[in-house]
Amino acid sequence: MEPILFIVFGAIAVGGAIMVVTRRHPMSSALFLILTLFAVAALFVLRQAHFLAAIQVIVYAGAVVVLFIFVIMLINVPENKLPLERLTGFRFLGIMVAGLFILEAALVARRFATPGTPTADSGSVEAVGRALFTDYLLAFEVTSVLLLAAVIGAIALAKKRI
Amino acid sequence: MSGLFDLVVSVARVAVMLAFTLSLVPIFVWAERKGAAYIQDRRGPNRARILGLTLGGLFHPLADALKLLFKEDFIPDGAHRLFYQMAPMFALAPALMTFAVIPFGPPVEIAGRVVALQVADLNVGILYIFAISGMSVYGVILAGWASNSKYPLLGGLRASAQMISYEVALGLSIIGLVMVFRSVRLSEIVASQGTLLWGIVPKWGVFVQPLGFLLFLVAVFAEANRTPFDLPEGESEIVAGFHTEYGSFKFSIFFMAEYIHMVVGAALIATLFFGGWQVPYLADSGFLLPGGLALGLPGALVFFLRIGAFVGKVFFFAWLFIWVRWTIPRFRYDQVMRLGWKVLLPLSLANIFVTGLVLLLIDGGA
Repeated sequence: MEPILFIVFGAIAVGGAIMVVTRRHPMSSALFLILTLFAVAALFVLRQAHFLAAIQVIVYAGAVVVLFIFVIMLINVPENKLPLERLTGFRFLGIMVAGLFILEAALVARRFATPGTPTADSGSVEAVGRALFTDYLLAFEVTSVLLLAAVIGAIALAKKRI
Repeated sequence: MSGLFDLVVSVARVAVMLAFTLSLVPIFVWAERKGAAYIQDRRGPNRARILGLTLGGLFHPLADALKLLFKEDFIPDGAHRLFYQMAPMFALAPALMTFAVIPFGPPVEIAGRVVALQVADLNVGILYIFAISGMSVYGVILAGWASNSKYPLLGGLRASAQMISYEVALGLSIIGLVMVFRSVRLSEIVASQGTLLWGIVPKWGVFVQPLGFLLFLVAVFAEANRTPFDLPEGESEIVAGFHTEYGSFKFSIFFMAEYIHMVVGAALIATLFFGGWQVPYLADSGFLLPGGLALGLPGALVFFLRIGAFVGKVFFFAWLFIWVRWTIPRFRYDQVMRLGWKVLLPLSLANIFVTGLVLLLIDGGA
């Protein structure tokens, strides 16, 4: 059952990602991005990482894409003025490089990755919380300082008068 | 055999849950109109009749549904056709999906197997609710944008800004609760609420987290876009907000989504802060009062009392939504934003801090 689900959700994730970059209307791209993010969350669930899946949906699908859509809504380019993007030489090169990269990543993963078998609660809130506050405490705290700096920076950029 | 049993149980749970939520919609539409009439001292629905019976206006939801079904299903010129038609689905689906993790009764034993009365007992229970309810903003935002008209766009922007702002307070307001019950799994939170605090008071969320409850209540009202936070459809300023350009059945889907949000909000308040299906002092064997008084009850009666308690709590809190709507006027938009960011957010952070401090003092950090 699990391999079938993996293939289904993997295909949705990849297909959605391709649609994100090929759709002409930015709103379609944004909605396909939500689909991709959901499919990735489903892949996390298949690996028992429930907490990660929930956070993925809350943060990316629930907040980040909403901001994208805000921008699309407010700029609101009429449909006949959307640029028609063609497959230029550069883009073709990009596709080739992306293909090579995927191949390489797959080879590296096959050689070096040792997939552990996740237990039922290795991805639970308790397990992730414990890992964050013991083994990865420094990285966790540094990340939070980084995020704080980003928040302050965003306010400083957006506000004319502080 | 066991696979078939699991399948039947799962399908049955989903069916019961869907039937419960969807059938509550017309009931609360009716209750809203009746409640509005009583509270504002005017006549409520009393005209629709079948064979001379009006049943206190109970036929009105039926008449409304028929009317909306038979109206012309139009798409305004200049609307983005695909997104315009998708928006109602985006609004309704998350509202229905949220109910999946809410336990509506104690686990029961059927044919020697323990069956949880809950569609899915996820170990990230509460986070699942936030994840899915965060999706409902897309219905509003898409409806507002796809209609290609001024007022819906303003309504959609307002609604999404409001929902994102209050999601933060909503999430933070229950962290204290999670700290007290040491779980985000809803079935465990409900089970812990069956014990007693100092031997007298039931250990309900509202007693251990009074401030958390208040913050959660306000945030839920804002998330459900109900008065006093129904700015997204403030009719005095922006007609009907994001669904101005919607008619017939597409409009009624938005309408249903709003009422399902209300029911889900009520069920969440009941589950997290009022013991879910727990009845105070009712153990598996019967009532055990603090004075040592005991009253034995048959297991089946206890079971139905508990399910009845859950349904009763949901009805009460859904009624609270109606009650507030017809009592309190609407906020101004800047007031809503100020309340969300400058009052609810700092208070919920303070609540987390104080809860942590108290837990540290009581248990010594164990």
